[in-house]
Amino acid sequence: MLACEICVIGGGPAGLTAALHAASLGASAVIIDRNDYLGGQLIKQTHRFFGSKEQKASERGISISRELSLAVEKEKNIKVLTAATALGYYKDGVVTVEKDERFLKIKPQKIIVATGGAEKTLPFPNNDLPGVYGAGAVQTLVNVYGVKPGRRVLMVGAGNIGVIVSYQLLQAGMEVAGIVEAAPRIGAYWVHAAKVVRAGVPIYTRHTIKGAWGKKEVEGATIVELDEQWKPIPGTEKDFAVDVICLSVGLNPLTEILWQAGCAMKYVPELSGYVPLRNEYLETSVPGIYVAGDAGGIEEASAAMMEGALAGLNAARALGYSAPDFNSRRANILRELESLRSGPVGEKIRKGLEKVTLTERREMRSGLSNLSLLTSNF
Amino acid sequence: MLAENGVPTGEDLAQVLPAPERLAQGPVAIAECFQKIPCDPCYHSCLRRAIAPFADINERPRIDHEKCNGCGLCVNRCPGLAIFVVDQTYSDSEALVKLPYEFLPLPKPGDVVTAINRLGQAVGKARVVKVQSGKQMDGTNIVWLAVPQDLSMEVRHFKMEEVR
Repeated sequence: MLACEICVIGGGPAGLTAALHAASLGASAVIIDRNDYLGGQLIKQTHRFFGSKEQKASERGISISRELSLAVEKEKNIKVLTAATALGYYKDGVVTVEKDERFLKIKPQKIIVATGGAEKTLPFPNNDLPGVYGAGAVQTLVNVYGVKPGRRVLMVGAGNIGVIVSYQLLQAGMEVAGIVEAAPRIGAYWVHAAKVVRAGVPIYTRHTIKGAWGKKEVEGATIVELDEQWKPIPGTEKDFAVDVICLSVGLNPLTEILWQAGCAMKYVPELSGYVPLRNEYLETSVPGIYVAGDAGGIEEASAAMMEGALAGLNAARALGYSAPDFNSRRANILRELESLRSGPVGEKIRKGLEKVTLTERREMRSGLSNLSLLTSNF
Repeated sequence: MLAENGVPTGEDLAQVLPAPERLAQGPVAIAECFQKIPCDPCYHSCLRRAIAPFADINERPRIDHEKCNGCGLCVNRCPGLAIFVVDQTYSDSEALVKLPYEFLPLPKPGDVVTAINRLGQAVGKARVVKVQSGKQMDGTNIVWLAVPQDLSMEVRHFKMEEVR
């Protein structure tokens, strides 16, 4: 049994910043990640990030990943377990982990769940043909392993991921036949959309994929226009000869550990699925278990890093660690996070967070006091 | 329309284009950034303080075209690849369009390339005048294209002639 102060589950943007901030106050942390490397999805993000200077805006995700991983390696207070999968959480506070075909037990005093999200899929005829990929898989092939999944791709979904991955496929030398989006509007930032459109990729809003075709693998796809009620309009079908269909239809928070720990969960569409209730310290209804990043609601990596920083500071503070500038550091992060979410593109997140972030008074009113959120250490 | 097809309208562009008098004076940056998103690296990149401070990070950039000298630092730092420099004083018949470019191989000065508009359509030929690349550009290179004067507000991308 490995005893530790803080166990961070997930070594992506939220988990790495959580461990670094906790360690900066003197707390010790163990990061568990099932990949062979730290950085999570950051390592595939070859584009420059948005956000403010403090959130490393204009840096590429892959550079941020390198910086954070390097800082973690240098930090004596942080122990890293890669190729290690968190398997479960037990009532006595033990986290079990599989690493190198061995079963490990970790007994932390605090846990920060930064497990991120998982891609959704889409039902359509022949979606089981080889050549139908999730955007994450395609991005891993191209940006991590340098392997093109095919020659010509149809992208399904015009959110930031669909549009950015389309751009990266063009950079890798693939053809992108088009991007299909069922909604009437492009979900991605318009500057990303403009960038792929001028590179020759049409975006078809109010269209969906009707089906894939091919004998042994994808040889093409048919798309169809949707009416105001999102119903296919017969006769509007278009065929595309493609050998790859890439699905970028959103993410769900990865919350198994939180469910298992008995955290109070709520379905919040704005946050893309079931997420844990949390207080302003990002502590869930189970005392000592914190959530940060996409596990608490699908958002951008810059927000995940800010949340990780907060959860790390708060968990370390709850263990008795502090610093003379603790309050101002935390206030700064809160202010940045707020401004990041303050614009029109942050509206959905703000609505979602309102439904799951409990302040003491509101919690009392809604009769949720039995969730023991009041037992926060502050 | 941008939200539906990713292409800014003439009305969108009219909001951000410099005055003809300013364009007649030499290179100037144009931020084709039409949506309030949380992003401000352009402001931090500008050494001449020609981009107004952001009261809120979700504001759109406001370039003071009188202060801007078209140096192109912001072109390199914009994560949206949405800033371009246009110099209509390049010659009587040609204007320069300096655009961000993140594809390989890079063109060489003197190359003739296909000029592409915001819709992704070929609109003519352009000549590569200069390529700003190297480590400090961090992957976002700036390619200077000489284009016919009347295409300086159309050309925003290019394709290399097919030789690999």
